[in-house]
Amino acid sequence: MSKFKKKKSGDLPAISTASLPDIVFMLLFFFMVATVMRQNTLMIENKLPFADQVEKLDKKDLIMYIYAGKPSKRYQAQYGTEARIQLNDKFASIEEVQQFIYSERESKREELIPYLTTALKVDEETNMGLVSDIKQELRKAEALKINYTTVVGDAEQNIE
Amino acid sequence: MAKRSAPEVNAGSMADIAFLLLIFFLVTTTIETDSGISRKLPPWQPEDVEPPVIKQRNIFTVLVNSNNQLLVEDEDMDISELQDAAVEFLDNGGGTGDEACSFCQGAKDPASSVNPQKAIISLVNNRGTEYGTYIAVQNELVAAYNQLRDREAQRMYGITFTQMEKNYNDPNYNGDKDALKEKIDVITAMIPQKLSEAEPTS
Repeated sequence: MSKFKKKKSGDLPAISTASLPDIVFMLLFFFMVATVMRQNTLMIENKLPFADQVEKLDKKDLIMYIYAGKPSKRYQAQYGTEARIQLNDKFASIEEVQQFIYSERESKREELIPYLTTALKVDEETNMGLVSDIKQELRKAEALKINYTTVVGDAEQNIE
Repeated sequence: MAKRSAPEVNAGSMADIAFLLLIFFLVTTTIETDSGISRKLPPWQPEDVEPPVIKQRNIFTVLVNSNNQLLVEDEDMDISELQDAAVEFLDNGGGTGDEACSFCQGAKDPASSVNPQKAIISLVNNRGTEYGTYIAVQNELVAAYNQLRDREAQRMYGITFTQMEKNYNDPNYNGDKDALKEKIDVITAMIPQKLSEAEPTS
């Protein structure tokens, strides 16, 4: 018999799993990079209005988000269809806005506080009454830099 | 009966493939950034402070009612005409002497604004106005200011104001940023954004 003849075995050879960690790390890195961190689960409808004279909001850590709009379908039975404010993960009343701003400030480093911006993510069907109330509260809390978050597009699409 | 064994797959290059993919996705994925209209709210004031007196000719009133209709300077107006009307008002340049406007190209109507530094746009909305309409109005007014600023920047520096701001905010821009900032300041001082918002009517 030839010396080089392979030994025959009955079993299938085990598939090497040495690269499995690589694949897992790759997926991990991918999702780490591609995921936009949304701290808040939206409980309201949030169809943003269109505008084209916009500025970009960088520095995500310096932005406080205030959401407002009609409660979404699954919360309507409980909270009705009147537009409401959402701070973090729960519905809030107008009086809680100031408290929210103060506690957000507390969590930031002191030298960054003047650069804090409040982003208002308001559904386009909300009445201005609620938005004005929020603005009044922000003025009282001295959070004067605001940004009306919009989708880039022709503003005339808002009126229909 | 002799079974043939499957040859072992060489997995040594698997890591390379994984890293290749990883780098590909790293390069191609962009993280979404929010954008919107930035505004600065006026500081909170006690109720008893007297508001400064402003001549009627320097105020451009925009009223929005609860049916999302516009009333501009006591006339019914469509949103598409708002930008031109605002530009016409800001660019009027009806002032004389100290208040004369050196760069305005408007009609110099004695009933309209004296110069862009004095001109104030007052926006009053109803509590029932839809937010979408409000944003559309804000957008048109900002567009009016930007149109004028672009025109003046183009005339003075040969580059539009929007482009200057874009360059200024671009970290890869390799020009003189301080000089650019100075130019931006000159333009914003010439045409300041004076947009006043009154408390909504109910």
